[in-house]
Amino acid sequence: MSTTVHEPTGETPVRISEASVLAVLASGERPTPPGRVASSLTHGWRALLKIKHVPEQLFDVTMFPVMMLLLFSFLFGGALGGSVRDYVQTFVPGILVSSVLMITMYTGVGLNNDMAKGVSDRFRSLPSWRPGAIVGALLGDAVRYAISSVVIITLGVVLGFRPGGGPVGVLAGVAVLLAFAFAVSWVWTLLGLALETEKAVMGTSMMILFPLTFGSNIYVDPETMPGWLQRVVELNPVSQVVTAVRALMDGSVEAGQLGWVALASVLFVVVFAPLTMRRYTRHD
Amino acid sequence: MTLTDPTATTAAPAHPTPRTDHQPSATAAPAGAPAIEARGLVRRFGDNVAVDHLDLTVPRGGVYGVLGPNGAGKTTTIRMLATLAIPDAGEARLLGLDVVRDADAVRARVSLTGQFASLDEDLTGDENLVLIGLLLGLGRRAARARSVELIAAFGLAEATDRQVKHYSGGMRRRLDIAASLVVTPDVLFLDEPTTGLDPRSRNQVWDIVRALVAGGTTVLLTTQYLDEADQLADRIAVIDHGRVIAEGTPAELKASVGGGTLHVRVVDPDQRFAAVRVLAESLGVDVEVGADPTAVTARIDDAERVGHALIALGAAGFAVGDLELGRPSLDEVFLALTDRSATPTEPGRPTHPVDLTGSATTDPTDHTDPTDHTDPTDRTDPMIREEAPK
Repeated sequence: MSTTVHEPTGETPVRISEASVLAVLASGERPTPPGRVASSLTHGWRALLKIKHVPEQLFDVTMFPVMMLLLFSFLFGGALGGSVRDYVQTFVPGILVSSVLMITMYTGVGLNNDMAKGVSDRFRSLPSWRPGAIVGALLGDAVRYAISSVVIITLGVVLGFRPGGGPVGVLAGVAVLLAFAFAVSWVWTLLGLALETEKAVMGTSMMILFPLTFGSNIYVDPETMPGWLQRVVELNPVSQVVTAVRALMDGSVEAGQLGWVALASVLFVVVFAPLTMRRYTRHD
Repeated sequence: MTLTDPTATTAAPAHPTPRTDHQPSATAAPAGAPAIEARGLVRRFGDNVAVDHLDLTVPRGGVYGVLGPNGAGKTTTIRMLATLAIPDAGEARLLGLDVVRDADAVRARVSLTGQFASLDEDLTGDENLVLIGLLLGLGRRAARARSVELIAAFGLAEATDRQVKHYSGGMRRRLDIAASLVVTPDVLFLDEPTTGLDPRSRNQVWDIVRALVAGGTTVLLTTQYLDEADQLADRIAVIDHGRVIAEGTPAELKASVGGGTLHVRVVDPDQRFAAVRVLAESLGVDVEVGADPTAVTARIDDAERVGHALIALGAAGFAVGDLELGRPSLDEVFLALTDRSATPTEPGRPTHPVDLTGSATTDPTDHTDPTDHTDPTDRTDPMIREEAPK
């Protein structure tokens, strides 16, 4: 009982025989399903493979911030900060936060895609820890955030960014940003599960992210704004993160600044991670 | 009835007996439990009741076919049985394990190959299988080795390092099934495994299913292709509107809708009406003439009388050019049954499935040979077809 066929693509004949399929059926012990950490790391490996196979996805995380950095520095830098060189000292940490936060929304888009394509069904039918798929995707995303950070800071240095905190300050700033981005991503994963289409996820995320990043202290000094808007900008968690990252890179950080970021991060995770995991586990 | 299908190559039984040394399920799951046992399963989506008090018992071993039109509730049922969806009411056990309470244990013994290839299209075939191996708990080395074995057995060696998005439909489907076998499941769900495949790829999938059954796995297969159910399934449940409306072996289902059709072609068109008279007399039924000037068609209830009718034709001196005795195809069964269930009944009241067991006449020669791969679009049952001697 066998079939010999040529694939439609005109390759060598493919022979599937009952004997060869029978021979490959495992009859041994069932392996013990992996634990939470191993499941998450395996899904993280998948995310890295996707970066390897679809390098185009890095365009979004590199070219867009490069464009923004160049545009703002040269077009508005003089007007907003006196000179390009002066402007990049505060703008580079700002655009770094903005760029990384903007790309966090791809986490939700990717998850939505997995659900739509059916690959989530495969993962969910396996005996491994289900939320590992989401945690792993977020770990993989952290790699993309790191790549984006390296590109932005390198270009910033070329444009004259000279952080007072030195390399240690810069690394600490990036680390705090990655932690915050990981926390915020849980919002998008929930959206990715709750909304029907990839487009809806993208649109909704944009609608939240755009006002949050522009209505912050990233581009413009809030002191130039009307009083009520200053208050809004100060309360914006993105401003808190930008302030902390700037301070870390400048080498002048205060515990209070980090405390606010830590609090906001913990709140995002505590509220949105369980909601996402529950929804993913029970999703039909 | 001594006529047999000339296209059949062997008279092998539809399915080899399950290998007895492959019983990995015997350890934790209750030994005597059927593969699948569902009682009163309900699943609603808003106002739409997708699965409506569905009962199903699938014995261990062999292929169990679930047949039904689009939207009948096949996929929703499978998703509940494979722990991907939670029933709103009722309960289901796989190998004696509850699909809700013992979901993890069920997942360890069950694999699902969904309607759409559930693979990561950006990754290569090999990477997909390694990923699943790791998630099942194999070590890195074991997962790699397993992937190589499966890729070779499923004829994908050349495509192993190619991204799945560049695979043909047949290759994708084979990889998808291979992904379900990284650890051999006790129960494999195949949701419309051959939808959209060309005939050769479909035959390959059928061969794989037969091999799995020979290996002792129970396969539950949903399909819209009646031919596929006829070829593969030992038993079939017909589902419509979220309920089982009939259950039995393919032969029982066919017997339930009555007899088949006799097609006769006379050599001389002028003799046609005389032949009609002879046939009508000896068969005792109405005989129709077709568009072809030599064709005569009769619906028959009693196959015994066909022999007499043919003898009568010969005795009357008619030269018969061609004759064909069509058993009722599963298509006819399907249409008859789903028609029946579509007639309005009291809303919300579950209709009882047609019990076919026992009442059916089982003809021992009535086997469709599994090697006879006919096109599913070919709606006539080719079981009995022979050129009549002149």
